[in-house]
Amino acid sequence: MTEKPIQEEKRAFLTGNEVVAWAALAAKADIMYGYPITPQNEIMHYWTRMAPKFGKRFLQTEDELSAGFTTLGGVLAGRKAFTATAGPGNTLMQEPMSMAEMMRIPSVVVVQQRGGPSTATVIYSQQEVTMTTFGGNGEGFRIVYSPSNHQELFDYTIKAFNTAWKYRFPTFVLGDGYQAKLRESLTLYDPEARGIELIEPEPFLGTEPVNGTKSYTNMRNTYNTEDELYDIIVRYGEEYKNIAPEVIEFQEFDCEDADVVIVSHGVVSRAAKGAVQELRSQGLKAGYFRPVTLRPFPADQLRAIADKTKTLLLVESSYGQMSKLVKEAIFGSTVALEYLLKPGVGVTSEELVAKVKQMI
Amino acid sequence: MSTVPQMPKCWKVESKPHKFCPGCGHGLVLKALGEAIDELGIQEKAVFGADIGCSLLAWDFFDIDTVQTHHGRTTPVVTGVKRANPDTICIAYMGDGGGYAIGSQHLVNAAARNERITVILANNCNYAMTGGQMAPTTLPGMKTETSPYGRDVNEAGYPTQGPEMVAAITREGAYVARGTVSNLKQLKGYFKKALQNQMDGNGFSFVEALSTCPTNWRTNAKDTWAFLEKEMTQYFKVGEIKNPAAKEGESGE
Repeated sequence: MTEKPIQEEKRAFLTGNEVVAWAALAAKADIMYGYPITPQNEIMHYWTRMAPKFGKRFLQTEDELSAGFTTLGGVLAGRKAFTATAGPGNTLMQEPMSMAEMMRIPSVVVVQQRGGPSTATVIYSQQEVTMTTFGGNGEGFRIVYSPSNHQELFDYTIKAFNTAWKYRFPTFVLGDGYQAKLRESLTLYDPEARGIELIEPEPFLGTEPVNGTKSYTNMRNTYNTEDELYDIIVRYGEEYKNIAPEVIEFQEFDCEDADVVIVSHGVVSRAAKGAVQELRSQGLKAGYFRPVTLRPFPADQLRAIADKTKTLLLVESSYGQMSKLVKEAIFGSTVALEYLLKPGVGVTSEELVAKVKQMI
Repeated sequence: MSTVPQMPKCWKVESKPHKFCPGCGHGLVLKALGEAIDELGIQEKAVFGADIGCSLLAWDFFDIDTVQTHHGRTTPVVTGVKRANPDTICIAYMGDGGGYAIGSQHLVNAAARNERITVILANNCNYAMTGGQMAPTTLPGMKTETSPYGRDVNEAGYPTQGPEMVAAITREGAYVARGTVSNLKQLKGYFKKALQNQMDGNGFSFVEALSTCPTNWRTNAKDTWAFLEKEMTQYFKVGEIKNPAAKEGESGE
């Protein structure tokens, strides 16, 4: 038995991609399949350096289609497999993830968003929200975490494995280029030492005979009739709806008496947090709401806030992808909506403070 | 006299009769494969991946752990299985469209990496499931739904020589052959050697099986067989192209 990658809790100063590699080790991932694309490359770089020391494996594939489908193969074989991608790679990743969605194959994909559409920039963006939450020719039966700092990147990457294997919906950790490349302090820990039980994977294919008898599994994703498909998708939809309350995560503060609530996710929510604190220190009634899960979305929680406040200020590094999720969530509300949309560009606390002051 | 037809032990009886068209070659390919698996005694360890196209109908063909994948993506799925659990014996089953067009990058790279998997590709010169379009393997002059005046090699190039391509990009340890449903004994022999090559850990193994599609060829039984044996074999030479075992004195079939 090889030693645990993280023996005891320790503070570390790491890049986000390094954090993901550590988190995958801590979550007892067995194998990574990946294809180079900026800004996620260093996840592979760190994984390939550390993994062999702990008996883990890596395969560099020919593209992201292959990275996604080999990942599914690894999971079917009973291993905790994962992959990481970005931008155009995420586009290709949607095909294997639609198979995972249909066949309920647990899968973990870490996405470090870059600019889009097309090749765009290799730097930063929040433009993969729509694709990651609702991509593929399916219904968006996925779970998407949007972390905002390195501690969360570590926490939610570990959590993503448990979520994927528990519910068997494809699970994404939706980071971004800033989080990938930034160096930040966090605490690394062994989840089991903190009492977090890690779900053991089981093989779907290549199972061992039980009492000398092998039972064979035939898995399909193609159906013969509309009705067969309808029954399956309705069942998946019900299951997804039922698990949503225990999966949904969000953060809020100062919303109770707020005139303006800033709604943002991921790294942008750090600017929003700073802005709300600054506005409050100046006596202005600002509040903060952040969906941690973009899918399923904390719709009821945001709707309750929308019913109390005057204005929601929707802020994101895209032209309105999170805003679409928000509008669906608060449908029927008469709250006013304001926007600060900066596709492919970061947001600062200062500009948010200025924006809110202009509004109030 | 028994009225139950002779079936390989690893065939799943409940899914028979199978769903392929009358005269289709898939059933014959899968019979040869089933017999090869039986004779090697690997039913319990085998993992079978079925592509999309007519090959998707094989998803419940065997009492073998099976996964139906996407069009062209069976090679990476079984590669992922094999890499994660090398004790399995992994078979990717696909048609010429899946292997030589939409999934060609996977075939090329799996071969180049010498993945310890076995790819079996049924070549029937067209996209059959979608209604008979031109495929990479459509013969020059052959009429299909998307080459209604016949495949023009100036516009659409010549048929893909799959095994020759795989042989060119693989190195030591790979097994490559082309068989035909008109010689099932030979085809079964190729499958056995391909699977044995994987089990021995030598490297990639690839067998193309020339197959029939009377539905889309619009041929009767006699013309179907004539097309398979006389037309197809002009472009697609049957035989072993690469056999690691042959070096040790064993001859190819």
